Amino acid sequence: MSSAASQRSWLTPSVVPGFGMTMGFTLVYLSLIVLLPLAALVVRAGGLGWDQFVAVVTAPRAVAAYRLSFGAAFIAAAINIVFGVLVAWVLVRYRFPFKRLVDGLVDLPFALPTAVAGIALATLFSKNGWIGSVVEPLGLKVAFTPLGVMVALVFIGLPFVVRTVQPVLQDLDKEVEEAAASLGADRFQTFRHVILPSILPAAVTGFALAFARAIGEYGSVIFIAGNLPMKSEIVPLLIIIKLEQFDYRGAAAIGAAMLAASFVLLLVINMLQRWSRQRMGG
Amino acid sequence: MVIEVRNVTKRFDTFTALHGLNLQIQPGELVALLGPSGSGKTTLLRVIAGLEFANEGQILFDGTDAGGRHVGERRVGFVFQHYALFRHMTVFENIAFGLRVVPRQRRMSDSDIKKRVNSLLSLVQLDRLADRYPTQLSGGQRQRVALARALAIEPRVLLLDEPFGALDAKVRKELRRWLRRLHDDMGLTSIFVTHDQEEALELADRVVVMNQGAIEQVGTPEEVYDSPATPFVYEFLGNVNRVPCRIENGKVSLWGVDVAAETHDGATLPAGETAGFAYVRPHDIELLPAGQGEPAVVRHVAAAGPTARIEVSVQGVQPLIEAQLSRKRYLDLGLKVGQQVAIAARAARVFPASASPGPPAGPAGL
Amino acid sequence: MGRINPITERRGLRAGLIAASLLYILLFLVLPVVTVFTEALGKGFGGYFTAINDPAARSAIKLTLLTAAIAVPFNMAFGIAASWAIAKFEFRGKSVLITLIDLPFSVSPVISGLIYVLLFGAQGILGPWLAEHDIQIVFAVPGIVLATIFVTFPFVARELIPLMQEQGTEEEEAARSLGADGWQTFWRVTLPNIRWGLLYGVLLCNARAMGEFGAVSVVSGKIRGLTNTMPLHVEILYNEYNIVAAFAVASLLAFLALVTLVAKGVLEWAYGHELGGARA
Repeated sequence: MSSAASQRSWLTPSVVPGFGMTMGFTLVYLSLIVLLPLAALVVRAGGLGWDQFVAVVTAPRAVAAYRLSFGAAFIAAAINIVFGVLVAWVLVRYRFPFKRLVDGLVDLPFALPTAVAGIALATLFSKNGWIGSVVEPLGLKVAFTPLGVMVALVFIGLPFVVRTVQPVLQDLDKEVEEAAASLGADRFQTFRHVILPSILPAAVTGFALAFARAIGEYGSVIFIAGNLPMKSEIVPLLIIIKLEQFDYRGAAAIGAAMLAASFVLLLVINMLQRWSRQRMGG
Repeated sequence: MVIEVRNVTKRFDTFTALHGLNLQIQPGELVALLGPSGSGKTTLLRVIAGLEFANEGQILFDGTDAGGRHVGERRVGFVFQHYALFRHMTVFENIAFGLRVVPRQRRMSDSDIKKRVNSLLSLVQLDRLADRYPTQLSGGQRQRVALARALAIEPRVLLLDEPFGALDAKVRKELRRWLRRLHDDMGLTSIFVTHDQEEALELADRVVVMNQGAIEQVGTPEEVYDSPATPFVYEFLGNVNRVPCRIENGKVSLWGVDVAAETHDGATLPAGETAGFAYVRPHDIELLPAGQGEPAVVRHVAAAGPTARIEVSVQGVQPLIEAQLSRKRYLDLGLKVGQQVAIAARAARVFPASASPGPPAGPAGL
Repeated sequence: MGRINPITERRGLRAGLIAASLLYILLFLVLPVVTVFTEALGKGFGGYFTAINDPAARSAIKLTLLTAAIAVPFNMAFGIAASWAIAKFEFRGKSVLITLIDLPFSVSPVISGLIYVLLFGAQGILGPWLAEHDIQIVFAVPGIVLATIFVTFPFVARELIPLMQEQGTEEEEAARSLGADGWQTFWRVTLPNIRWGLLYGVLLCNARAMGEFGAVSVVSGKIRGLTNTMPLHVEILYNEYNIVAAFAVASLLAFLALVTLVAKGVLEWAYGHELGGARA
């Protein structure tokens, strides 16, 4: 009844039907699939007790894994911020053959199963692979080293910066650049002082998204990583190894630590996106 | 059908859009809800339609409370401001929609639906466009599809939200007259929302002037234009000069006329001397050769067209005063910028300053 | 063009930037895909088809199709319901709800699997109860399906929420004012308006559901012929140095990815304005 609906102060009443049903389904499904299982992880990790939790999470092998996962993810995202802005720029501003194809290809890492990417990259960069056979004689060993981890993370993070910067560049008012040119700025000065500040929030958001994705990545990394403890072992792999040794609590503890890191990143990304929208003058 | 709005209050979060409104609409009337944006006119229309629900008060259709029934059960024809045509349906399917969603046992046969839609199409003069999609139509055509769609369910009331708002001036005038004829021919009871005073005055039997969630005045176009009940109505409807003055014992003497001050809410005037505002329409101002009344100086002349608009300055009155003279009178006086003249008022109304709204709404009024 | 355009770059620089971008795309995107197909055909078409026809490969393909056939409709129904509730109504706590729906995207795939092991596994919170009732979820098909639903959870909702928000509620209100009931409003007015956005979301959801590796790898137990999906089968073959077979199965997944990209591009090109957000 309408009179009942108008009593609920948190919901604005509407003649559009179905709120109860759709919201009910949404909340039940969300709780069963996402919230309850995530709670199980926290409960399991909590079962360890604080001291033991800290001991597991700060064990040398775990710390080495964090260093690799976070470090490689950071470097990969940094590479992608440079090349992502470049690719976005080229796609928005220039005309060249097969542009649509290239534009579509950018999403490939979203669509290609990570295991497929993993074995393909491992093969490409191995001693006999097309790229490995070129760079390895130069002393650059990629496959089965931390460098390989980084290469895989560059691959999976590639679309993020491109796809966040592209729409911003598209909406950028050409008149502003013309104004800069009319005031005597050369092309580089215009880019540095006019264009870059406009796309920076989007680029940083893309960086954070790529970074967040990379620290949890598993499939594309493990084939090329080498997976040596303390050396080329990423955090997700460490969790799986603990599971295989039936160390559920250890796996839960490290999982919880990673989850916490993801939440912090999610928060940062939300803030970045708000900043980005403000910059767009919404 | 008689529509009665009884004590309706509508709140959104902390904002009160309608403050205990009362209004009665008679069968066959064409009523305009007129006001600036934010005055609550669209909210009132949506509450009557059953698209929004009042927090307090009732809507009665022929004496029965419609409160428990939502829009689909009230049999109102609602024409949305941006038409809300179903974009993936043709014109024909849009109009047929209300006939097709009737439960099967009460639904017309397909051939009857086709007949009804075709007759509606010819009513709104869109016979040839039945297979077009909304995006392939002009604004005026979309408007007529929306109208035909609303009429298809044989509504007891027709409600239109800014029906001409999105159209250009020429189409707007044509559609206005056409809507008036349609309303008369079909014997509908109609309510439309507008912010355009000219539209309300030309089209409606009665005008409801709204401001800040309250009704300022209800009356025929002549009533609201010639005897505005409040300063707001004065300023919103038509051009008016607002002259500050002193009220002494309930009276003001302004440029040769004595005017009794009044209050719109029945409150008594404060005794003794108070500040007030006199409202004088430009066509109620007379200009005379210098020396025959209050002195004034011509500051600006716009004489193209059937009437001449003269702006004069009067000592001690802040904004320039606008007078509207016939072309003949203007030529007889031989007015020029800088010329000394005298000003007189034929009619004016005075309200105490406390009853005045803020800055003038301006001649067009938004 | 003889004159110098003040807001573009000199030709040489332009060519250089384009070349650098293309080289980057070539190295990181094109070469891996080409590798998949050349390695798959390393022993010719005969070897390729033998690898795909292997019973274990065929059962992996079947399981992958089955998993997607369950996970995608579930998340589609959820996506429609969630976006309806979020886009058509005003209520408090909306932005929190949207963040929660997006949550699975920021969780590592391995953790997405881990949580189900911790909940339903032998040593899990519900493990003893499940064992008592002889229900197996982890290391069995239900676990694979659940983990897949988790990782593909936000896809459809995320496409539909901005689209429905853009479309507003006027058409639904119009339908209601003409006497349509809730289901009629949904089927006749809302669904036709969101169909391309829905298809888009389903496409992405499906691609991920068929290709998911990390989460499924944790819950599957990798029992060949029983709980092996295609990506898991690729891993096993690769680790057994059966490179041609691994890439043959991988090529099917790569092909799926390419088809998805093409379909996505076609949708963006033909119905960009009906997809919502910045897809036009």
